[in-house]
Amino acid sequence: MTRTVLEARNLKKRFGAVVAADDISITMAAGEVIGLIGANGAGKTTFVNMVTGHLKPDAGQVVFEGSDVTALAPRAMTRRGITRSFQVAQLFPQLSSRDNALIALASAETEQPALLGDLRIPDRIARADALLARFGLADVADRLTVELPQGKRKLLDIALAMVGEGRVLLLDEPTSGISADEKFPLMDLVMEAIGGADATILFVEHDMEIVERYASRVIAFYEGRIIADGAPAAVLADAAVRRHVVGAEIHRRHEGPRR
Amino acid sequence: MQQLVAILIDGTIYFSWLFIVSLGLTLIYGVMKILNIAHGSFYALGAYAAASAVGAWFAAGLPAAGSYLLLAVCGLAIGAAIGFAVERGLLRRMYGRDEVVMILVTYAVFLILEDVIKLVWGVNPYLAYQPYTALGRIAIGGIGFAVYDLILLALALAMGFAAWFTLNRTRYGRLLLVVIHDREISSAMGINVARMFTVTFTIGAMLGALGGAVAAPGISVVPGIGVDIIVLAFAVSVIGGLGSVAGAAIGALIVGLTRAAAIHLVPEVELFVIYAVMAIVLAFRPEGLFGRPAARKI
Amino acid sequence: MAKLGTHALLLAAAVVLVPLGLVLPTWLVFLVTIGLAKGLVVIGLVVMMRAGLVSFGQGLYYGLGAYSAGLAANFLGLNDAVLLLVIGAAVGIVVALGLGVLLVRYRQIFFAMLSLAVSMILYGALVRSTALGSTDGFNLPPPTFLGLAPDVETGRRILFVLALLLALGTASLLHRFTRSPTGVLGEAIVMNEIRVEYLGASVSRVLLITYVIGAITAALGGVLVALATSHIDPDLAFWTTSGEFVFVAILSGTGHVAASLVGMVLFETVRSFAFQYSPYTWQMVVGTAMLLVIVFLPYGLWSLVSRGEGRSARP
Repeated sequence: MTRTVLEARNLKKRFGAVVAADDISITMAAGEVIGLIGANGAGKTTFVNMVTGHLKPDAGQVVFEGSDVTALAPRAMTRRGITRSFQVAQLFPQLSSRDNALIALASAETEQPALLGDLRIPDRIARADALLARFGLADVADRLTVELPQGKRKLLDIALAMVGEGRVLLLDEPTSGISADEKFPLMDLVMEAIGGADATILFVEHDMEIVERYASRVIAFYEGRIIADGAPAAVLADAAVRRHVVGAEIHRRHEGPRR
Repeated sequence: MQQLVAILIDGTIYFSWLFIVSLGLTLIYGVMKILNIAHGSFYALGAYAAASAVGAWFAAGLPAAGSYLLLAVCGLAIGAAIGFAVERGLLRRMYGRDEVVMILVTYAVFLILEDVIKLVWGVNPYLAYQPYTALGRIAIGGIGFAVYDLILLALALAMGFAAWFTLNRTRYGRLLLVVIHDREISSAMGINVARMFTVTFTIGAMLGALGGAVAAPGISVVPGIGVDIIVLAFAVSVIGGLGSVAGAAIGALIVGLTRAAAIHLVPEVELFVIYAVMAIVLAFRPEGLFGRPAARKI
Repeated sequence: MAKLGTHALLLAAAVVLVPLGLVLPTWLVFLVTIGLAKGLVVIGLVVMMRAGLVSFGQGLYYGLGAYSAGLAANFLGLNDAVLLLVIGAAVGIVVALGLGVLLVRYRQIFFAMLSLAVSMILYGALVRSTALGSTDGFNLPPPTFLGLAPDVETGRRILFVLALLLALGTASLLHRFTRSPTGVLGEAIVMNEIRVEYLGASVSRVLLITYVIGAITAALGGVLVALATSHIDPDLAFWTTSGEFVFVAILSGTGHVAASLVGMVLFETVRSFAFQYSPYTWQMVVGTAMLLVIVFLPYGLWSLVSRGEGRSARP
């Protein structure tokens, strides 16, 4: 039997007239790699925001390792081991990649970082550089992150999320804004980097090729509800999913890039 | 009972000139996101210009009736001149800088103008009480009013209506609302934002100076009145919500009544109580009573 | 510059300046003491500004420090400079912990406005309290120094040394703070608060610590000014006093905490001469200088010393 790590129970969330989550229940087991798909506005990012504490659900619970964490702030969620990356990379733009990593490491070490000790001590710098190297970012360690190309920014964003050695990692569109020939190397890198950590992963994705290749389980959202949940092949072949999600993605692709 | 009436009357009089001044401050913030500390100097400039002009008018023995027009013209003219000059000469070069930096820029302008005023008018008080006393007092329902104060109240209400009408019923006003809502989109839509800024800042400055000009007959025009008014107008706009006309009205009413009540009941707490109200409002509604919060998306 | 070691530099400054305090004319010693006292306020403000807390209300703690010292000296008979500094700092800490919890929920212009409002509450209260001399304030007796009761001139020189050591010591400590995890997190909050939260760090803890630091330095500055001038009045808490601190912080730049000490001493010197020779134009000079710095040196005068090193975001 696999162990349940994170459980969303009957989550509901409305924004005015829009129902972003209508009774969403998902149980994530240790070691699963879940692909979350759905058209724009289906409620994917809202789900990630609720599970990580950025948004509070109107109703329902988030249960992590057996305890109710619904009311916790993102900071407390992160400290417990639920971490995330962002659709648009969230970095410290006027600092170097290394400084970004150093801040992440120092924050993970203790809840009360030092007031007088130096941030940039040799031991921490070594760990920061090792982290950057793991994600193929060693060459841009000294560059300000505002100057980095999109792909590197996304990688660094994911690297920062990995620092806390979270038990659950939620990746919000890891390959959005990444060119077609860069997306598989990026995902390979991410999976390899995470692989040893024995974490549960949920990634939001529009690209069905990515979903098919990396997910062990796929969940499809449509207008705030789950319309399919199961093995990738079965979900992607499902008629409703084909109509509401996959079809929409093909349509979207013909219209060109979203951003 | 009598004290309550006195508080209401004094509060309403404070409201009148606070509202005229704060309207300019809140208009400039709403459109340009500049918290204009120099607004206090615009007020002082209007007051000095009006006081010296009115003084000369009566010294020349001219009829009192003309002095009212003179007050208004003086305030509007000096406001227009200084507002246009500051926007075109200085602020234009700074757009896009942080809001906090813009506060400092207008603070610097304030410091400069304070000394300009001292250099031009000296440090002795100017009195221009004639327009105030010439109108005398009338009794309504047994309570005495200075007629001048009643006219001031009418002027404030007219200004408020004009602002509301311009924003909601004219083409220019609607374009302005678009600019307030989203500066970038309005640029993309072909609205000349730069010109809009010049016009807004000039009108805002004119309101500030007009406030000073019409206040002049009722006060002693001395150095430091600019500091005093900005401290109050600031509280008015923040309480009501920076950028909101209705907010400026409510804020002016709250500050006006609070100040009147404090002066009549416990004069020790005058300024204290106004800022306490402001702090309380901010603690519960950081955007002020009529402000809109801004959310961030991730 | 940074390689040479800020701490070594500050130590060298102390070694050179302390003897000077014993030989320079009293008026100059007095002037520099005031500059150092206010500089102390600005150092703390610079640390706050690096974390995005641009306070237009440091006059609150400056005034609180001065009035605590004045009240303790006049009503409790506590007259020792060191003790009064401790009292001032303690009052600053207590008030800052209470207010800080509320204030650090606000950012940017809202923080600026609210901090100004709170300082104006103190000003409004002081102006109207006849027991404390209303707008005139009141005088302080000359302080003793750890039991020593020197003559007035020697007292001024001792106070200068005290102010100098306190300012340099604080600069050294706060320089370390700006390079510490908590200090850098402050800068990180300005750049991306959401990311800081999602790293598991507490934004409110960092901001509260930073706020309290600003309060302590401002209160210490207030005590020193009260001791140096032997007089306090409500203007210490007025918003233009706070505005002056922000101005000097911008003028000096937030790139280095020690820069504001130099900036403040320079500013105080220029002002005292300008005020003496041309009382009606010194504000004009100050305002013009401020505009020139904002337009041409967005990172402050410090950026002339170290091009490109100032990493902190544009104020």
